[in-house]
Amino acid sequence: MSEMQNLYLVVPLAPLAGAILAGLFGKAIGRTGAHVATILGVAVALFASILIYQDVQAGNTFNGTVYTWATSGNLSLEVGFLIDELTVMMMLVVTFVSLMVHLYTIGYMQEDPGYQRFFSYISLFTFSMLMLVMSNNFLQLFFGWEAVGLVSYLLIGFWYTRPTAIFANMKAFLVNRVGDFGFLLGIGLVAAHTGSLDYAEVFAQADALSAKTIELFPGAPWLLISVICICLFIGAMGKSAQVPLHVWLPDSMEGPTPISALIHAATMVTAGIFMVARMSPLFELSETALSFVIVIGATTALFMGFLGIVQNDIKRVVAYSTLSQLGYMTVALGVSAYSAAVFHLMTHAFFKALLFLGAGSVIIGMHHDQDMRNMGGLWKYMKITWFTSLVGSLALIGFPFLSGFFSKDSIIEAVHFSTIPGAGYAYFCVIVGVFVTAFYSFRMYFLVFHGKERFGQAHHDHHGDHDDEEPSDDHHHGLAPGQKPHESPWVVTVPLILLAIPSVLIGFFTIEPMLFGDWFKRAIHVTASHDTIGQFAEHFHGAAAMAMHGFTTLPFFLAMAGVVLAWFFYLVKPEIPAAIMRTFKPLHTLLDNKYYFDKFNEVVFAGGSRLLGQGLWKGGDQGVIDGLIVNGTARTISLVAQASRLLQSGHIYMYAFSMIIGLCVLLSLWFSVV
Amino acid sequence: MTGMPLLSLAIWVPIVGGLLVLATGSDRNAPMARSMALLTSVIGFLVTIPLFTGFDNSTSAMQFVELARWIPAFNVHYYLGVDGLSVLFVLLNSFVTILVVVAGWEVIKTKVAQYMAAFLIMSGLLNGIFSSLDGLLFYVFFEASLIPLYLIIGVWGGANRVYAAFKFFLYTLAGSLLMLVALIYLFMQSGSFSILDWHELPIAMGAQNLLFWAFLIAFAVKVPMWPVHTWLPDAHVEAPTGGSVVLAAIALKLGAYGFLRFTLPIVPDASQAMAPMMIVLSLIAVVYIGFVALVQADMKKLVAYSSIAHMGFVTLGFFIFNPLGVEGALVQMISHGFVSGAMFLCIGVLYDRMHSRQIADYGGVVNTMPKFAAFFMLFAMANAGLPGTSGFVGEFMVVLGAVQYSFWVAFAAATTLILGAAYTLWMYKRVVFGAIGNDKVAKLEDINGREFAFLAVLAACTLIMGIYPLPVTEVMHASVNELLQHVATSKL
Repeated sequence: MSEMQNLYLVVPLAPLAGAILAGLFGKAIGRTGAHVATILGVAVALFASILIYQDVQAGNTFNGTVYTWATSGNLSLEVGFLIDELTVMMMLVVTFVSLMVHLYTIGYMQEDPGYQRFFSYISLFTFSMLMLVMSNNFLQLFFGWEAVGLVSYLLIGFWYTRPTAIFANMKAFLVNRVGDFGFLLGIGLVAAHTGSLDYAEVFAQADALSAKTIELFPGAPWLLISVICICLFIGAMGKSAQVPLHVWLPDSMEGPTPISALIHAATMVTAGIFMVARMSPLFELSETALSFVIVIGATTALFMGFLGIVQNDIKRVVAYSTLSQLGYMTVALGVSAYSAAVFHLMTHAFFKALLFLGAGSVIIGMHHDQDMRNMGGLWKYMKITWFTSLVGSLALIGFPFLSGFFSKDSIIEAVHFSTIPGAGYAYFCVIVGVFVTAFYSFRMYFLVFHGKERFGQAHHDHHGDHDDEEPSDDHHHGLAPGQKPHESPWVVTVPLILLAIPSVLIGFFTIEPMLFGDWFKRAIHVTASHDTIGQFAEHFHGAAAMAMHGFTTLPFFLAMAGVVLAWFFYLVKPEIPAAIMRTFKPLHTLLDNKYYFDKFNEVVFAGGSRLLGQGLWKGGDQGVIDGLIVNGTARTISLVAQASRLLQSGHIYMYAFSMIIGLCVLLSLWFSVV
Repeated sequence: MTGMPLLSLAIWVPIVGGLLVLATGSDRNAPMARSMALLTSVIGFLVTIPLFTGFDNSTSAMQFVELARWIPAFNVHYYLGVDGLSVLFVLLNSFVTILVVVAGWEVIKTKVAQYMAAFLIMSGLLNGIFSSLDGLLFYVFFEASLIPLYLIIGVWGGANRVYAAFKFFLYTLAGSLLMLVALIYLFMQSGSFSILDWHELPIAMGAQNLLFWAFLIAFAVKVPMWPVHTWLPDAHVEAPTGGSVVLAAIALKLGAYGFLRFTLPIVPDASQAMAPMMIVLSLIAVVYIGFVALVQADMKKLVAYSSIAHMGFVTLGFFIFNPLGVEGALVQMISHGFVSGAMFLCIGVLYDRMHSRQIADYGGVVNTMPKFAAFFMLFAMANAGLPGTSGFVGEFMVVLGAVQYSFWVAFAAATTLILGAAYTLWMYKRVVFGAIGNDKVAKLEDINGREFAFLAVLAACTLIMGIYPLPVTEVMHASVNELLQHVATSKL
């Protein structure tokens, strides 16, 4: 066993070593050294994860401490690993996508002066994310949780001279901190009522917890477990960008595209989903919390999808699509279909990383122009990017046989079977969401790859869309008149192909073990009365049959309707969307302003805090405390003191030191050994 | 181990060394003064290391005890000793003294010997405070330590230094006079000045309440707790960098330490009765001061306010009376020594180059000072309590302890997660990120070897303590348990 335990350590430490090398010794090892070191680190982590996966499949799980971090009272705070089916799946996803993104970065960041720094950050991210998923306790979970937030902050602000980037990264960190605030309180409640932060020990006491109540407001006892779960879920809402804490994710697109794929689509933002799945023994005990989860998730799934329709920046479309898909996963958690949520997390990681990297490839081809209104007809020039993006889009809209179909359909079915309050609303949202997803996805696909070639012309004047991807504003971007886009280098296209393969296949081959087999039996706990996946299992007769049946269901027709409508609107009659926009001006304004969440936060929270701070400072500190209480006294005394200071005329320090010497003399004068 | 009077060495090596440095006189001998000061501070730190390596974690009894008669007429002793509550502060203080000497190396150009001497003497006096077990001896050190700090601000400070120095001096002096009365009362009751004797002394509730207030006023000013905190921002703004570092890293800990050494064990019943008030005051410090810090335009003021908020966590941890709270608060005190010290040093690095502390005068510093920006980022994150840095450990433990006490107390305390990040990162954004703000920023030079050295040492401390705080918490267990035992036992 100890060999395996060493291997567990290798997984997070190899990327960390790479990060340190590239970060601290970037100048010494140069660009090549930096990418070789970090890629090697992540490759080692992936390889070790595969070995661990085989070991877990052989039935060997692990739960143990690496070292004791601190102790206090009866509480022991530890760093340790829990290696089971859920962990190892996350490890594979994280290390695989991370490796693809590392590779891709060689091409994408080629000309950037911060090359080594970038590699250092993404490897540091990989380390943090692995610590998060491999944790066997809440402390380390929180450590990884905030550490990925830090790296996300550093990477969103990677181009630190751009005002939008350094605004976006601070916003991301602060909004995440709001989530972490709830998360920390949840962890505190767990520690206070179970005396432990170790998952296994806490889960063992879950039933005892469910009997307790807590009186947050006098005379209104709440189920303790509900309060704990809602607090923990607030953490998930921050990290996994659920309404109303979603506002940071679209702005995070200010970061370079590789990290949008790795952090803001495939891995970090799914940490909240992973966490809730991990906590299934707790969430199962609170229907209140589950209802809360469903409503938040369903709202995110549908209403963030709508926003994807009005975006013109290619990355922002994918960002809103990510928000909406995270909503789907959250809904799945709420209906106790944890395995479906994690399954969708996995398929989504592949096809969404693919879509982002595809978008990045388009951006390279367009010479860092991200506005879809300047694209069109790119399929001729970028064959690999075009085809892999089509695959990614089809997987996203849930086209039968592709991976997204299996995971999304499972969620829809599970919602259908659920009886938890809120499930009806959620069913409506996820069904309508299918249409919306298909519409915005293929709107993007058609605008970018088909139709009239709109590049190389005089630029539309689209300022105010935050749509330039340039490190410095003086650099010209976009294609010059007459210039044609070109396919990206192999370091970019190979990861696209490698991600397209699982986007197509992985759902078909893994749905049976992951959802209906006993792959997650030990890691995920579902109460019999909530077992929506169990009910769905009765209708499941193999992946092929499910996919064939998928051609005849409502979601398929809705998705096709979305695709056809997008085709009609953006290829056949491009004047229609403009006409609709004019007719429904208020609606468009609402969507264009993202439901005014940002405005609200800026005015109420940011503005309000500054106003309050000024008031407390000028009014409280300077006005009342200093002005009324201190100053009268201080002014009088300082007048007297200044007068007496004149007598010493500049030798005040000598005077004071003589006081200390006097003190020494006094001490020794009376000094006599007992 | 037992042969050497280690605590006496920790106190008197810096003081005697300081006096020798002072004897070098005028600035013609400045190079010699600097070297002597560095040597003294290093020796001063080395003699404290056996205090940690030889410390017995298993007992709450005083260790490295030295006892000698001082003023027999009043039963006053030269009585020294440390336990798990105090030993780390002796080390921290001696360590920070080295940094302060190095930080002032080229920056202080006038009255160098006096400057170095002031810091060395203060270092010895502060060690005296943390190791005194005799009430009067404690008081003497406590008051004497005011003088060098007063001078540091008043002589080497900024434009408005006289006002700030007087405000600081009078504020704290007024507070501690009441403590003297309390000490004399305790002597009259017990016939002894031994603090440990006072821990066992039965006291009626009425007297306990009076004593509590006398101590509270003395210590609350030092911490400083809301609403007697307004001297601190002024003192910091006017103090030279080294003064701010010592003020934040060590001097602020005196008040908090006083609560542990005097208030809680001597008047436990009054402490229990007053705990709700103390908790409310602490929470006001965290929330109210957090908002005030947000709107500061002066970097030093901002960090000063952030110190007050962090110290609010410390007093909160003490008065929730559970091991997590008290130990978390102690860890927070140590960590704050590193982090706020580092923050002030970072601001000092900028000030030495630009002669401005105004956030608005900066912008885009990262373009010209990338190494500095990396260090500053680490310390800013530690200040915002990021896990993996020392700033997280104490906050996490105190919040966990606070949930045991009351959900809403923890709720209010945990807002620091948002507020602390907001004021720290907003400042960082405006100062460091962005395009180059002006010509002066464009001409900035990155940190030199000396600056790199002290920032790197602090960065290492911050990270090590964040990743592996166990050795620090283990030192405290026995003494904290003993302390909580005292608090739980009525003296009526």
